[in-house]
Amino acid sequence: MLGYFLNLAIRSLRRNLVLTALMVTAVGVGIGACMTVLTTLVAMSGNPIPDKSSQLYVPLIDVWGPGSRRASAGPTADKLPDEFTYRDATAFMKARVGARQAAMYAVALNVSPPDAKPFEAQGRATFGDFFSMFDVPFRSGAPWGQREDDDRANVVVLTSKLADRVFPHSDAVGRTLSLSGHDYRVVGVIRAWTPTPRFYDAKDFGAYSDSEEFYLPFSTAIDRQIQTTGSNWCHEAPPPGWEGHLNSSCVWLQFWVELPTPAQVRNFRTFLQGYAAEQQRLGRFHWSSPTQLYDVMGWLAYQNVVPAEVRVNVLVAAGFLVVCLVNAVGLMLAKFAGCAKELALRRALGASRGDVFQQCMAETLMVGLLGGGLGLILTAVGLAGLRALLAVTSSDSATGHLVTLNAGMVLITMGVAVVVTVSCGLYPTLRASRITPGWQLKAP
Amino acid sequence: MEMLPILRALRRNKIGALLIGLQIALTLAIVCNCLSIIQQRIGQMQQPTGLDEANIFTLSNAWVVAPDNLEARIRADLAALRSLPDAIDAQATASYPLNGGGFGWGLSLRPDQKFSTAPSTQYFVDDHGLAALGVKLVAGRWFTADEVGRTDINDSVFPATMVVTRALAKALFPAGNALGQVVYFTPRNSSRIVGIIEQAQTPWASNNGSVSGREYSSFLPLQFLNNGLYYVVRTRPGRQAQVMRAAQDKLYELTRQRVIQNVQPFATTRSNAYRIGRATSIVLATVCALLLAITAFGVLGLTAYWVTQRRQDIGMRRALGGRRVDILRYFHTENLLIAGSGCIVGIVLGLSGNAWLATSLELARMSVQYICLGALIVLAICQAAVLWPALRAASVPPALATRSL
Repeated sequence: MLGYFLNLAIRSLRRNLVLTALMVTAVGVGIGACMTVLTTLVAMSGNPIPDKSSQLYVPLIDVWGPGSRRASAGPTADKLPDEFTYRDATAFMKARVGARQAAMYAVALNVSPPDAKPFEAQGRATFGDFFSMFDVPFRSGAPWGQREDDDRANVVVLTSKLADRVFPHSDAVGRTLSLSGHDYRVVGVIRAWTPTPRFYDAKDFGAYSDSEEFYLPFSTAIDRQIQTTGSNWCHEAPPPGWEGHLNSSCVWLQFWVELPTPAQVRNFRTFLQGYAAEQQRLGRFHWSSPTQLYDVMGWLAYQNVVPAEVRVNVLVAAGFLVVCLVNAVGLMLAKFAGCAKELALRRALGASRGDVFQQCMAETLMVGLLGGGLGLILTAVGLAGLRALLAVTSSDSATGHLVTLNAGMVLITMGVAVVVTVSCGLYPTLRASRITPGWQLKAP
Repeated sequence: MEMLPILRALRRNKIGALLIGLQIALTLAIVCNCLSIIQQRIGQMQQPTGLDEANIFTLSNAWVVAPDNLEARIRADLAALRSLPDAIDAQATASYPLNGGGFGWGLSLRPDQKFSTAPSTQYFVDDHGLAALGVKLVAGRWFTADEVGRTDINDSVFPATMVVTRALAKALFPAGNALGQVVYFTPRNSSRIVGIIEQAQTPWASNNGSVSGREYSSFLPLQFLNNGLYYVVRTRPGRQAQVMRAAQDKLYELTRQRVIQNVQPFATTRSNAYRIGRATSIVLATVCALLLAITAFGVLGLTAYWVTQRRQDIGMRRALGGRRVDILRYFHTENLLIAGSGCIVGIVLGLSGNAWLATSLELARMSVQYICLGALIVLAICQAAVLWPALRAASVPPALATRSL
């Protein structure tokens, strides 16, 4: 019976080619626009590290006190400083309360390849735990350990892109690389790793910038007085010099801790509150304010990684879809009313209301499938256009991941198209199945 | 034109008319809000920085290994750049308008203030800065060579004199007497305003937010000593490409152990800074165009269907003495009724939607005239869309009334 209905549906659609084309276009264009924007939104709101997102945490303490807060008005009015000072970061690293932890900051160094022009590369100064905490996959070699962190060793881990650029003919592990005039031994090369968004550097749209290309030990970077290329916020003028910068209350470091079990989370919270209380007792803080602990998704929400632009686009795309569907409903009404005579004839020949309903539903389903297919093509076109507009050069960057169609979105697109078209077709189909055969056959 | 027959006909085709009206209302609301957003974005993107943008190019320079005689090296680089033919002047600085990063400090009127009077960004310049940046001095003077001190990334040096933009001067001293006044960086460090610049944008091109905050810039006479600086070079009109090439050659002549990146005219900096805003505008504009097209085709399609449905009625009217133009007028009036009511609903929807957007996403409010103008345009589009089916209806022969299909 289903095959018969589908057969009839195809014939009917083919007979009214123009109307069918208009319906499919209406559904397709609406779905295409909506899905283009939704792909970006889903990628931006997605979980960058689903296996561990509830085990990785960012603690925040109030280094400046409530007296500092009206200075920056607007949305940041009640927020604690969202980065760490050097004093607190090193104190936390020494305490080693979590299963793993790493302080880190962004750096830029000049790479001098053995036989090519020197160039600048973005990197990150961090601790060896960074790689195991974030499940960073290695192509060769391994991360450095606590001994290298303590000894301020001259070691570096490269991404495969940088390693292949500097050492094209051999494995980089074990080779020496000159960074801004100092030699570093390569101990590991990581495979392509682009968590989207880049949660560990989410501040100020860092979530969608390109990933770093090398990693070196935090202690080495501090020893060499390598500046951060990230933001540096000071509540008061810091003492002069590098030492002054380290001892100041300026915040410029990120700190992440891995707490696999709820007991460890509670343990860390206690430590955090105890630390803040101790700083108050020592006279460094003249206030007592609550500390905060965010997991990955909480941190991304706190940092507002989905900008207002995207929200506006989603609203507009949703409105566009509604208009397209209203259009499709009108066209479907017109179509089913147009074949009223045929339906009346079939009813007169013995088809029940249910049969007519099923047949019209089959037609709606076909329109939904065709519209979904068109919508998919238009989504791909739309995303390609977005890629061109945003000047995405490599699909490996976080921004590249935002505007690429993946298998999940393809299935969702087809599903949404069918569901939406069928629900739109419900009213016209019901009306069509309720026609009185006699009236239709009698009318001229 | 009698409305009653039209209204009666519409009552029989309630759902179709309702759908078209709803479509028109939604289209009007969405298109007007989108256009309002696009207008706001374009306004922000067109704001001039205050620099001589057409004749400026920038590049970033860093020595591979931080040299011991950093200051001498920077001076040598600047001397080399300034000596190029067709180069008006050059400046070594840590940031410049629209480049995305820089320094900020709040300025206060009194040393004992808890919170600063106005935020501002700091541009570190020397005595050549005025000519190199091409900004316009409207009051006071620029810096002299002996006023220029030095600072580096770990020092907070506060010079005795500074130059501010007109917007910042107004924010600090609304009475307009900023020239010669003293402002405080910290309770113990102050600076006297010796000059006022017409306009200079901050490095950050935010896509929302008030326009005035983006002009709170101050210039400090300090040579910023860092291994990693931007060189801003202003050239004679039309000679930019040549000077861009010559500058790189000249710098590499001094030493090859350096990394020069992003040698780009200011137009590229501007384009990069507003990339996201531009992408949003284009996406919204595309959606608006598609919406109008879909609605127009919807009107066309449904009216054509109604014409087909009512062929008998039309033939009857013609047989009873109706002229072609009467039939045309009938369909246009019917469309005007539907589209008109749709537009009214659309205006209400659009204004309430805009009010919600204005509060939740900080967008500018849309004026009532704007959306009324939009309604008129949508009405015009609908009338144009209904022309073809109406013409088809008008060509129905009267003899149709005498036949039975």
